[in-house]
Amino acid sequence: MGTSEDQTYFVNFGPQHPAAHGVLRLVLGLSGEVVERADPHIGLLHRGTEKLIENKTYLQATPYFDRLDYVGTMNQEHAFVLAVEKLMGIEVPARGKMIRTLYCEIGRILNHLLNITAYVMDVGGMTPILWGFEEREKLMEFYERACGARLHANYFRPGGVSFDTPQALLDDIGAWTESFPKIIDDIETLVTENRIFKQRTVDIGIVSPEQALDWGFSGPNLRASGIAWDLRKSQPYDSYAEMDFDIPICKHGDCYDRYLIRMVEMRESVKIIKQCLAKMPGGPAKAEDRKVTPPPRAEMKRSMEALIHHFKLFTEGLRVPAGETYTAVEAPKGEFAVYLVSDGTNRPYRCKIRAPGYAHLQALEMMGKGHMLADVVAIIGSIDIVFGEIDR
Amino acid sequence: MTLPLDELGSAIEAALPDDVLGTHLEKGELVVLSRMGGIGHVLTHLRDDSSCMFKQLMDICGADYPDREHRFEVVYNLLSLKHNQRVRVKVLADEGDAVPTVTGVFSTAGWFEREVFDMYGIPFDQHPDLRRLLTDYNFEGYPLRKDFPLTGYYEVRYDDETKRIVYEPVKLVQEFRNFDFLSPWEGMVTKGEAKG
Repeated sequence: MGTSEDQTYFVNFGPQHPAAHGVLRLVLGLSGEVVERADPHIGLLHRGTEKLIENKTYLQATPYFDRLDYVGTMNQEHAFVLAVEKLMGIEVPARGKMIRTLYCEIGRILNHLLNITAYVMDVGGMTPILWGFEEREKLMEFYERACGARLHANYFRPGGVSFDTPQALLDDIGAWTESFPKIIDDIETLVTENRIFKQRTVDIGIVSPEQALDWGFSGPNLRASGIAWDLRKSQPYDSYAEMDFDIPICKHGDCYDRYLIRMVEMRESVKIIKQCLAKMPGGPAKAEDRKVTPPPRAEMKRSMEALIHHFKLFTEGLRVPAGETYTAVEAPKGEFAVYLVSDGTNRPYRCKIRAPGYAHLQALEMMGKGHMLADVVAIIGSIDIVFGEIDR
Repeated sequence: MTLPLDELGSAIEAALPDDVLGTHLEKGELVVLSRMGGIGHVLTHLRDDSSCMFKQLMDICGADYPDREHRFEVVYNLLSLKHNQRVRVKVLADEGDAVPTVTGVFSTAGWFEREVFDMYGIPFDQHPDLRRLLTDYNFEGYPLRKDFPLTGYYEVRYDDETKRIVYEPVKLVQEFRNFDFLSPWEGMVTKGEAKG
């Protein structure tokens, strides 16, 4: 390069780099190959989601949540519908809660499969992503059979879920939970003790527990730093209080630990899915309050009142009493929260979306300083960022 | 020892009489209204006091209420892992008011404050790096303000003749239509639906 030792030069990493996981433009200040500064330029995928939600009815807002983190879509709808339910004081039937819990865990596995395998590919391993995507395909089929969409589900509604799940689908999910742990084992034999993978990740991007708290970490990244905290356990929502599962934590807070956490979490998710299937209660999957959920199609053919309810619900929408709430869920990436302000009309007055990846990406400079350029790729892979949610 | 949220609110009020303007519970969530100049002090107390221990700042967001006396709200959402509680701290700001930064208290505030500045144009005093974050380079205006139109002012397209990206004022073939479906009637209050 012909630069002297003390001269910093700048490299534009992305926005089209495959290891940037989307549209991250990262301006790196390098001294030789050592990173001195890292300035992420985000917002290339900014779509003004919050502004759009303010101009739509509550029901029209849910699809926007699928398009934030487009890997674990239902988990984000969950935060929004929980916030609306809290403001309206809607009680969700047990079956609706259980189906939501079930699909949230499927979403978690979907997310972790993509993250781990893409992360391994970033540091040189090609095979896991092929295996992982085969399983993701099966899971997305379960999504499709529940709601008709593979990715952008729009399945959760205030008051429950849009359609009940047929028993045949639940049986197939049950069969899948038997075959899936074998795939996790396979990926683990390839990656966990792999010499190259460990050389690339162990002791890279260490985050101490104090730093993790200071930088607003949550989810697997917080637990990798040794803090036992999971909203599913500590502030359980829907059916999580009935579930028996463990929260894995690690101690070093490096890139390798963040990988290990996600591997164990997938196994825990399989455990939760099995319990959901075993405990699945009968009854309706959504609240019977016709001011909140639409009547069944058949009823609309006979009942004038049902027709009126349907019409009002899809034009005027829900009328949410004035108030505000900050409702958080444990999304696959961390604490995903919605700060929802209602002014008593049918549109949210303010809907702030707290995306976990936003706080994680911000800490990139702290984590990457002093490491090599190639380590930044490992760090980006390990903190699990998706630009749909960061840019909103 | 973990205090219930209402007692915690009174304790915070008693500990910081100069900086806290009031506390109340909203849907079971504790809200603390802070004086603008004292926000750093309030957050430090919430972080370090043994009955609070709100070690994590999860979110900062702005909100725009054009009809109010103080137009903007800056809302800080904190989480205490030790006591498993959340608290919401609010600061009221007028247009042009610079809110003191809390980056010295929580490092994560950096980007959250940049976003509030970007979206609402609320400047943060002493912020180490107050640049726009989410909007386009050279963007003008503050998009989440209520008086900013949903369609924006400029649109971007690739011009095939000049082979470059061009910015043009938004031209709508049809006026933007904002359908107001809100029923003027409160609706019949039936059994079991007294919450309105």
